Amino acid sequence: MAEGIKDKVAIIGMGCTRFGERWDKSWEDLAIEAFTEAVADAGIGKKDVEAAWFGSCFDERYAGKTAMPLSETLKLPFIPVTRVENYCATGSEALRGACYAVASGACDIALALGTEKLKDVGYGGLPQVMGVGKAGEFMYPNLSAPGMFALMATKYFARYGLSPEEGKRTLAHISSKSHHNGAMCEKAHLRMEVNVETIMKSPIIAWPLGLYDCCGVSDGAAAAIVTRADMAKNFRLDPVYVKSLQIAVTPGEEMMYTDYDFTHVEPTYRAGVKAFEEAGIKNPREELSMMEPHDCFSITELVIYEDLQISPRGKAKEDIEAGFFDLDGKIPCQTDGGLKCFGHPLAASGLRMMYEEYKQLQGKCGPRQVKNPKLGLTHNLGGWPPRAVVSVIIVGREPG
Amino acid sequence: MVGITSYGAYIPWYRIKREVIHSAMGWAGAGRMPGEKAVANYDEDNITMAVAAAIDCLNGIEREEIDGLYFATISSLYALRQNAGIIAAALDLHPDIRTADFTNSAKSGAGALLSACDAVKAGSLKNVVACASEHRLTKAASDQEQVYGDGAAALMVGSNGVIATLEGSYSTSYDFMDRWRVTEDRFEHSWETRWIREEGYAKFIPEVIYGLLKKYSLDIKDFAKVIYSCPYVRDHAAIGKRIGADPGQIQDNMFTTVGDTGTAYPLMMLVAALEEAKPGDKILVASYGSGSDALFFKVTEKIAQMGERRGVKKHLASKMDLPSYEKYLAFSNVIPLERGVRGEETPTSQISDLWRKRRALLGLVGCKCKRCGTPQYPYQGVCVNPNCGAINEMEDYRFSDKKGRVVTYTGDNLAYSPVPPTIYGMIDFEGGGRFAFDITDTDLDSLKIDMPIEMSFRRKLFDEVHGVYNYFWKGTPIRG
Repeated sequence: MAEGIKDKVAIIGMGCTRFGERWDKSWEDLAIEAFTEAVADAGIGKKDVEAAWFGSCFDERYAGKTAMPLSETLKLPFIPVTRVENYCATGSEALRGACYAVASGACDIALALGTEKLKDVGYGGLPQVMGVGKAGEFMYPNLSAPGMFALMATKYFARYGLSPEEGKRTLAHISSKSHHNGAMCEKAHLRMEVNVETIMKSPIIAWPLGLYDCCGVSDGAAAAIVTRADMAKNFRLDPVYVKSLQIAVTPGEEMMYTDYDFTHVEPTYRAGVKAFEEAGIKNPREELSMMEPHDCFSITELVIYEDLQISPRGKAKEDIEAGFFDLDGKIPCQTDGGLKCFGHPLAASGLRMMYEEYKQLQGKCGPRQVKNPKLGLTHNLGGWPPRAVVSVIIVGREPG
Repeated sequence: MVGITSYGAYIPWYRIKREVIHSAMGWAGAGRMPGEKAVANYDEDNITMAVAAAIDCLNGIEREEIDGLYFATISSLYALRQNAGIIAAALDLHPDIRTADFTNSAKSGAGALLSACDAVKAGSLKNVVACASEHRLTKAASDQEQVYGDGAAALMVGSNGVIATLEGSYSTSYDFMDRWRVTEDRFEHSWETRWIREEGYAKFIPEVIYGLLKKYSLDIKDFAKVIYSCPYVRDHAAIGKRIGADPGQIQDNMFTTVGDTGTAYPLMMLVAALEEAKPGDKILVASYGSGSDALFFKVTEKIAQMGERRGVKKHLASKMDLPSYEKYLAFSNVIPLERGVRGEETPTSQISDLWRKRRALLGLVGCKCKRCGTPQYPYQGVCVNPNCGAINEMEDYRFSDKKGRVVTYTGDNLAYSPVPPTIYGMIDFEGGGRFAFDITDTDLDSLKIDMPIEMSFRRKLFDEVHGVYNYFWKGTPIRG
């Protein structure tokens, strides 16, 4: 059994742009904005960065291939830069690369930066081509992201005996909670309260999901500077320690073999189990202070509660309605508004989530500050329910 | 003894009332016509309907037994690419077969059937599927728009288990330009309808029928059913009188239910006649177009042993009214539709890759692990069963003829479809294997989890850059 990443790496600086329809900014502008904030926050200079990981998912639509676009944009001085892509988990994948580099001793300071310029696509929602290979483009249905995840809502409602009305009301609580938090976050895209009734009445995007069950679509960038844990206090007094970094990728069983029934996402469960083990967490429901799960759609967030063993299977509804995940609940979720309010520039999202956990652990979140948080979790889900790549990252305020 | 050994047909789910067409577009040149006509869905064309008719015909027959496939159509989308080849690939027929397209005249359907009989009679082929299918593009407000319908028929020809022997035939050929189309044309040209009815139908049909009767010293009263292509209701009846047939002998011309389906028209009527036929019945079928081919069949005792077929009768009973003329135009792409920037982003065809994966894409062939027996789609080199994991121990496994059930589904308003919402879901196949498929010929309110599904070959995407119609399989509710 490997000893894992726990307490070997710390985050000492982070940056995050305002997310939104940044029509006047190129991806380069956004990358510079996030990078500048991150190095200033870490109190370092560009010359101190020894290696970098660049996350960009739909590269063909803006930045292009390789890591050169990032190196050229930031004028990184001939250091190793690696471009990574793992669908919606791209940002977390970039962070994992940077953390592994400093943990290995190959370098002391590394950068992870993810950005996506989604609003140049020319239409609402995520880009059409989903990278399933040429023949796959002719095999798969004409899927859109809301439809892919609506498949879970249809089945979840049926399996647990919820009428569409009951099911949609439960989901509406999730989105309403996120909007409440997002309204307090100055970097969020959609900063307004939205009540349950409005959410229930919103137009159907993919049955049974309506407009407010879907996250926004935005431009954005986020960045992290990491170093060895034992050096972290040389840079700041309140670094954030990495407790676990896990990614689980489907072997194709859900799509082709098992009786997987679309009421959960298997890689979330698998990545969660390994992440809790790596972090030494025995009871996530009791030990986690807060989390930023991948709420691309309201139903996604609901099944994450169950896959991460916070709520028992089929019982998330009770926790949701009891306010367990609200800002003043036991495990506040999406304290910044989540994907729901930030939108989802794919490669930026994982690092944006970490930005919120980092700021919360440092006690810098003002009106939406969680009281005395110790452990935070980010969760990214790339792909779609039967064919997913999932990251779970846990961070803490204290080593040990 | 050579003749028909099996039959099948296909009529699309949608029908439009001619009154709807006429009230939207009618003018003096295209008068009021009775009844309704069959309309292909937006994802159907002559090829997909031929595949459906052939599947109906091949019910209970091993695909390996077929050594020839003849296809007739006058609505080819490809001027260069054999239609019969696409159909054979969709049916997952063995490549060691003879395929041919019969085209450019509405009489080609009967011609394909006759040629199939000749090939079997000559001993060069054993079991030939002769199919015909039509999905003709018509100008808005044209006579043809109301007259033409969409549909297909398939007949298997062989010498074992013959249900109707071919007793004889008689043919005529004329370069009669009632309707024509050159490569540059999107729509066909036509001469005056009155002239076509009087100089064409009213002369060619009696001529070929008299010719056949004389050749075999028969009387029209010898036939239990007389079938001839003529969509015009009054002219159809007048021809019957002219040849001396009783109304009870004349096969319904399906004008008020389906319309004139071109090459498939006489074959669909033949299928309808066979559905009601008794041993010993003599059937005469005459096509129309550049002259005529008349075929004379005699029904055998084996007709009683024909298995379940949807044929014409069941397809006629299973239908959905299309109330909108505009939707009808949109289905056949007669009017340009805004698809949005998302809808315009269709994948381009890498022909060599599509060729490599042709059995997966056109034939819906996956694999089955020889070690653990798990069916899987698409083909996997490494078995997906986590308790097996065998490498390269797969045998081919066809999913297109397996029934399935809906695991879950959605109606997607974001993804582009000419008939929103785009409906798709996860399908589990009987016997194992699963995949996500578009679900067509349905509406969101009719879908239910666990409802039974069958697979249907459909047009998936048109690659405008390379001019490629790409086909794949979709799920449909099982048609009664």
